[in-house]
Amino acid sequence: MKYEAVIGLEVHAQLQTNSKIFCGCETAFGEEANTRTCPVCIGMPGVLPVLNRKAVEYIIKTGLATHCAITPYSRFARKNYFYPDLPKGYQISQYELPLCEKGYVEILVDGKVKRIGITRIHLEEDAGKNLHTSESGASLVDLNRAGTPLMEIVSEPDIRSADEAAEYLKKLRSILRYIEVSDADMEKGNFRCDCNVSIRPVGAKEYGTRAEVKNVNSFKFVQKALEYEIKRQAQILDEGGRVVQETRLFDSGKGVTFSMRSKEEAHDYRYFPEPDLVPIVTSQETVDAIRKTITELPEAKRERFVKEYGLPEYDADMLTQSRALAAYYEEAAKLSGQPKVISNWMMGELMRLLNAEGKEIEDCPVKPDRLAGMVKMISDGTISTKIAKTVFEEMYGSGKDAETVVKEKGLVQVSDSGEIETIIADVIKANPAQHADYKGGKDKLFGFFVGQVMKASKGKANPDLVNQLLKKKLSE
Amino acid sequence: MELHDRTIHELRDMLEKGETTSRAVTESVLNRIKTVDDKVKAFITVTADAALAQADRADKDRKAGKASPVLGIPVAIKDNMCTTGTRTTCASKILGNFVPPYDATVVARLNGAGSVMPGKVNMDEFAMGSSTENSAFFPTKNPWDLERIPGGSSGGSAAAVAAGECIAALGSDTGGSIRQPAACCGVVGLKPTYGRVSRYGLVAFASSLDQIGPLTKDVTDTAIVMNIISGHDPKDSTSADVPVPDFTRSLIKDVKGMTVGIPKEYFIEGMDPEVDKAVREAVKALERLGAKVVDVSLPHTGYAVATYYILATSEASSNLARYDGVKYGFRAQGAKDLLDMYMKSRSQGFGPEVKRRIMLGTYALSAGYYDAYYKKGQQVRTLIKQDFDEAFKKADVIATPTAPTAAFKIGEKSSDPLQMYLSDIFTISVNLAGIPGISLPCGFTTGNLPIGLQLLGRHFDEGSVLRAAFAYEQATEWHTKRPKL
Repeated sequence: MKYEAVIGLEVHAQLQTNSKIFCGCETAFGEEANTRTCPVCIGMPGVLPVLNRKAVEYIIKTGLATHCAITPYSRFARKNYFYPDLPKGYQISQYELPLCEKGYVEILVDGKVKRIGITRIHLEEDAGKNLHTSESGASLVDLNRAGTPLMEIVSEPDIRSADEAAEYLKKLRSILRYIEVSDADMEKGNFRCDCNVSIRPVGAKEYGTRAEVKNVNSFKFVQKALEYEIKRQAQILDEGGRVVQETRLFDSGKGVTFSMRSKEEAHDYRYFPEPDLVPIVTSQETVDAIRKTITELPEAKRERFVKEYGLPEYDADMLTQSRALAAYYEEAAKLSGQPKVISNWMMGELMRLLNAEGKEIEDCPVKPDRLAGMVKMISDGTISTKIAKTVFEEMYGSGKDAETVVKEKGLVQVSDSGEIETIIADVIKANPAQHADYKGGKDKLFGFFVGQVMKASKGKANPDLVNQLLKKKLSE
Repeated sequence: MELHDRTIHELRDMLEKGETTSRAVTESVLNRIKTVDDKVKAFITVTADAALAQADRADKDRKAGKASPVLGIPVAIKDNMCTTGTRTTCASKILGNFVPPYDATVVARLNGAGSVMPGKVNMDEFAMGSSTENSAFFPTKNPWDLERIPGGSSGGSAAAVAAGECIAALGSDTGGSIRQPAACCGVVGLKPTYGRVSRYGLVAFASSLDQIGPLTKDVTDTAIVMNIISGHDPKDSTSADVPVPDFTRSLIKDVKGMTVGIPKEYFIEGMDPEVDKAVREAVKALERLGAKVVDVSLPHTGYAVATYYILATSEASSNLARYDGVKYGFRAQGAKDLLDMYMKSRSQGFGPEVKRRIMLGTYALSAGYYDAYYKKGQQVRTLIKQDFDEAFKKADVIATPTAPTAAFKIGEKSSDPLQMYLSDIFTISVNLAGIPGISLPCGFTTGNLPIGLQLLGRHFDEGSVLRAAFAYEQATEWHTKRPKL
């Protein structure tokens, strides 16, 4: 049978505040264990949480950037469970009244815009970390991370494939980075994802039984875990079985998911309103003030790029993935006056070189003005597009500008017709048989002659001129 | 009169006139502890050396021109308020060795005002109880009758004040834990409005109900201590950012124009007739002093105890989860694995009443029961609050007995938790409503046991409560009585 996947994602993103959510400890990482702690985040007797206002501001900003309604009266709740990395025996989170509700994020699916609904965004604290030492058999607890502010972004079950899930996560990450509330770095563990997935026969209205795959920590793994899970569930149904509701984990080494606990073993978290914190009351004025701090978001930028620079949706979507990338593009496009050509270069050579090194646009050795300069040298005929690839690689490697590279390497395009005519004459002379065939009607051989001429000129001959002169000379 | 028998304001006057020194006062108190505490058992930890050092410091500061009404005055601290470097046990085995690296805000404020801490006083474990019999260490005795309980949970605070083992004390009140022991021991105890005094550093029992307040020898001293400990604290989000009046200005011997409400639901069958009589006479005295007495009704009073034991235990089940043997406090030996360590540490570390309440609260918050218990409890709490709002439209203060009986015998109710819970029947609603309430002596039983009058006020109107209490106290002699030990 053909199935359709129904996927909802819960993303935990760490907020980039300087201090923790309920105390003044700094949110620094990689420090010696338990050196970024105080009585409050260690959960000593009698201490009380005091809310970091910046964290609330960041969540509201995220809510606004994802078209959410901001809850005027929101409150915290305690989620109770025992674990050594949870010093109070409960996590301060939100339950009934989250800060943001009912929004959406737009992704591109087959070139078309699709909305993925956001159910809610809420604020909570992170736990610490248990370290298991193999020698002594003892477990150690590091509470540096305890109390780091997290937001949980819960999507509607609007996602229909592993690819869409990856697109959604990328878009979400891009939004969080645009508004500078989280660096959303999955590798550092500050952007984690729980995947709820079920399948149903194509066309069915009812949802199937879902499994939750917890704590997947890279885009690639999310995609792989979902692909595996969809296949696994399809196989169960095809064999006449039933999918059980359970929590599963992803083994990235084997590329499989496995059961962690069944529904019956699920925790009863005994949520209740946190009595140590007063409700968060957010006025329209506060919301408006925060809204003003939000600059152009990816969606708006994408639409503008399409309109203003005549780019295809796909290009515009790619170039607006990060604020830095979009800024790079706009500068180069403006300086060169050739937006489409700049887009092609960025989507082609520039991305290829950056990706090969795993670098971000911020680290690109070729700055926008240099790229614009090079593109101008193409359009004014100084270098050919083909040569330009060599020039660009050299610019990328050496950090020099296009003019210097072209001068040093002698890559200026030959547009002197006399010089080209001499080369053409030599080529024709060296290939009499082909020349005869061409004259006999084998038009296809024209390309062969172009290639030979370009080769003889070491690629520097102006291709337009070569075409023009060859046509004349070959038929003489 | 011995120095240890005096009040804060008497000693303040003597200290200011140079008639005595803080060292002499502190020595008097420490000597008194040495003499009587074997019998009373009010103290868990006596910090004699530190207290004398603080006293000397206070004497020096006074000479240097420092002035404060509590400068050099020994104030005992209930052992659920954190004190830097001095163990804070909550009278529990699980925190038996816990030494906090920080001060509760109230402790810091007292220290800032130059008071002296003679030590930490006994209580029911984690403030859960009405008799101080639930201390993991030893029960405290009532200085008026050593075979009787001093009330609870701040029984150590009340007994220490009554016995002259300190000049004043701090207690905490979640359902009556300041007022009921104050009544039992014949001292004054005030539970301020919820949010009036910072809870930072108070080991939480039920966060939405807990409030710290003074236990003193008279109403003037209560006002003095309230002036020191009240006010917004940035470390406690639930502490109210409202102006704090000078409470001593409410101490006027005049209740003319005040209306005193009498709730019929608080004069119930089963109440000790001597208590009933003493309280009714106190109301008459207020009337003679010029107050108008009116009947008021608090119709949801009958649900208060049940509501309280759902909400308070729910919060407690969560608040006490941090005592897991991982980070500090008691850890049981010989555990097989993590779960076993949790189970053993908590089974061995908590006493039976604490365990009972953790189980009650865990049950009330469980999936499938939450709506029937916790949520319903919150709804009833709102109704109880509204009862008081209505009553305070007619009355400035409400007068009731503090407890249905005077101090009972040690062991008398410890086998029957429900009977024990009913000792708080008149005090519990006050915490649910978050309003201020004071207990002050209004007579003695024929067995020479103190009886308490409870006066309640509107939110943040401790002023009216103190005014009525002071006028009554000044018209009577009860506050001058001291137990013979």
